Amino acid sequence: MIFLTRRATFSASHYYWNEAWTAEKNQQVFGRCANRNGHGHNYTLEVTVAGEPDPVTGFVVDLKWLKDVIEREVLTAYDHRHLNLEVAEFAAGKAIPTTENIAIAAWQRLQPAVSSGAGAQLSRIRVYETAEIFAEYRGGQ
Amino acid sequence: MSATSQRAAISSQAFFGRRYNLSASHRLHSDALSAEENQAAYGKCNNPHGHGHNYVVEVLVGGKVDPDTGMVLNMVALDEAVRSRVAARFDHTNLNLDPLFVNRVPTTENLCRTVFELLDGTLEPAKLVQVRVEETENNFFEYSGNQLDAGPARNVT
Repeated sequence: MIFLTRRATFSASHYYWNEAWTAEKNQQVFGRCANRNGHGHNYTLEVTVAGEPDPVTGFVVDLKWLKDVIEREVLTAYDHRHLNLEVAEFAAGKAIPTTENIAIAAWQRLQPAVSSGAGAQLSRIRVYETAEIFAEYRGGQ
Repeated sequence: MSATSQRAAISSQAFFGRRYNLSASHRLHSDALSAEENQAAYGKCNNPHGHGHNYVVEVLVGGKVDPDTGMVLNMVALDEAVRSRVAARFDHTNLNLDPLFVNRVPTTENLCRTVFELLDGTLEPAKLVQVRVEETENNFFEYSGNQLDAGPARNVT
């Protein structure tokens, strides 16, 4: 089994807010991430797929194909968007766009497309919010 | 995405990682070895007055994503645990003088394992999954607990 990772970047804004809580509790738990006008990051998304190299091409998957899948399934929805306001899985308080939830949501966006192509399986999603902060999801354990 | 699938998603296990900087000095020297053997094993890392590194400590925790917060662990709690248990202890110090390294050569392998042991069990509700210590841009070490080691856990106090 070979693991192949493709990296992509997107820039987006967000804020952390739980509608079920008071403003004071949101402020206390989320600190400045709760500022209602939001703030932004340059995110790095790492998509790792696993499979056996094709005996003819030597590829686990075609990297151009994987690039296009990431672009279509994730970047068009997230890049230069406000995650709380413009992205279906986070809109209207459905989920807080933490780095953890972005990793899970990116997995759910990519998993059907990756598993339908070329025999590889999605193995891991890692989302860097800054160079020092990242979240990782490896599917539903 | 339906509310049901979102609910399932946010109860899943995920991982959260954060990188911290730590500057410290050390000297690699084992009292169990002769001067020549120390020199052979550790080379310039055995120079008598020690030397220093800007270490990067990467802490990876795992657990359920709390549906109220969207978080595995509040980063403030992780920062505080690393600050009080690791950075306050090791940053801008000579590692060889720390009681934890009296009988343990402060190689980065051992620093990595020691950091893991200092943080393990202190990050509720998340679980410590892995500690990675980068000694330079080109050297790094990872420890995920003693699952590869059948021996008893070392007792660190």
